Amino acid sequence: MLPLIGILIVIAGFALRFNPLLVVTVAALSTGLAAGHSIVPVISSFGKAFIDSRSVTIVWLALPVIGLLERSGLKERARTVIGGITLATTGRLLLVYLALRQITAALGLTSLGGHAQMVRPLIAPMAEAAAEKNLGELDDATRYRIRAHAAAVDNIGVFFGEDIFIAIGSILLIRSFLDQNGIHVEPSSLAVWAAPTAVCAFVIHGTRLLFLDRSLRERSIAAATAPSPSEGDR
Amino acid sequence: MIKLESVYILMGIMMAGVAIVNVRDRRAPKRLNNAAFWGLYAVTFLAGSRLPDFANGLLVIAMVSVMAIGRLGGAPPESTTRLEREASARRWANRLFIPALAIPAVTIAGTFGFKYLTLNGAPVVDPKQTTLVALGVATVVALLVGMAMLRPPLSAPIVEARRLMDAVGWAAVLPQMLAALGAMFALAGVGPIVASILQRVIPLDSPFTVVVAYAVGMAGFTAIMGNAFPAFPVMTAAIGLPLIVAKFGGDVSAMAAIGMLSGFCGTLVTPMAANFNIVPVALLELPNEGAVIRVQFPTAVLLLAANILIMYWAAFRK
Repeated sequence: MLPLIGILIVIAGFALRFNPLLVVTVAALSTGLAAGHSIVPVISSFGKAFIDSRSVTIVWLALPVIGLLERSGLKERARTVIGGITLATTGRLLLVYLALRQITAALGLTSLGGHAQMVRPLIAPMAEAAAEKNLGELDDATRYRIRAHAAAVDNIGVFFGEDIFIAIGSILLIRSFLDQNGIHVEPSSLAVWAAPTAVCAFVIHGTRLLFLDRSLRERSIAAATAPSPSEGDR
Repeated sequence: MIKLESVYILMGIMMAGVAIVNVRDRRAPKRLNNAAFWGLYAVTFLAGSRLPDFANGLLVIAMVSVMAIGRLGGAPPESTTRLEREASARRWANRLFIPALAIPAVTIAGTFGFKYLTLNGAPVVDPKQTTLVALGVATVVALLVGMAMLRPPLSAPIVEARRLMDAVGWAAVLPQMLAALGAMFALAGVGPIVASILQRVIPLDSPFTVVVAYAVGMAGFTAIMGNAFPAFPVMTAAIGLPLIVAKFGGDVSAMAAIGMLSGFCGTLVTPMAANFNIVPVALLELPNEGAVIRVQFPTAVLLLAANILIMYWAAFRK
């Protein structure tokens, strides 16, 4: 039971809003100590685990070129492009991105997306520009909400598209686990059962995106017709 | 042969550059803290493969101490004004998208094409790491295209990288730290303990309740671990195989595939999945850490319910 202390530290730490990086470090070291190892081997295995996980952060290599392009007006250009498309709304734009992300992920092209490479420089500015075009100047809360939606679409698209591709990590993991348990399944028989969920994800989240358009419109109408504070005083 | 190690060296050089730009920026109040944080991180990339595990562990603890005790400074102001950027956007127009789209294009070309690149019969790129090496190569190609096209000062890429890395801050390291936590959990045998608790508390009386327990368990344990991969073997060994498949005769492929997707619903709602839920908050400069999770929450709940129904139908269809 004692090694579960790491889970408790993580839950309590996040709930009490301590810095997540600190919480996770403390949880990792405590888990090792609670499992009965002494401090030097625990720090060693923690160091090894950290070094072995370096590949997770390779995406930051995109930042020099993304920053360079931002400096030269990439976001401004992305806004102009969307401003010129009459039919574009925030919800519809994100719906198209959701579909593209799911389809490309299902073909194994999961690297066609991502928060650093795609969402920050292109998708989020475009989604904001679509709202500005239709509704005028946005307040900060609305701007943040639209950006959060842009990030969410990238996640949902890739999660519920990639498992249709037979050579993706999660399918390979399922196969090797079942193999260890003496059960042999073909990757294609796993991938085929990812399809119904992919369709449900598109329908559920797509519907929410179309509702997002409506909610943004209502908010801007409410803001436009609300009496200004000086009028309210009278 | 180009291996992942070369990409790590590239990362190390970039992080060292970010640290140096910080040291030299006298206007930034926390410049030395940021420089120490990114400098130590650079060492883990440049020398991590050769240092003893214990030294690496101390480096990581030192990074976290700098952040926790000294605190990190935020992003510096942008290096160009809005008017300059708008003028540049008009001048370059859609050509600005070329370097940005070169990153995914070259990554994909490399992923599929590297295996045909051979030198004296030996592969040029490590065949086990093609996607990650391709991503590294793609960022270099995109940067070269961008530099050749825009002709900015030579220091621009690293100055901009520093602006963005400081904007993301400690969140940049969190995904890696969580992966390390997962490894520590595995070492301490956390999974089997959770599985034995679950087997004692869940009701086992009908196929439907067992499917609910498995799908919700996958989502819940994934939320705790931040990743469906470590949750899958634990939950499937505890509930999936013994109950859904062995006891009630459910279809193993449907159970496993939809079980993994139920786990992904948990990924959508947890700060532990930092690279999906916390990193974009930092990258998009959102004030509320839970902003992305809040948007994803309704979809995650509805989709988990859908997964339960699909699994029940698919595993027990006759």
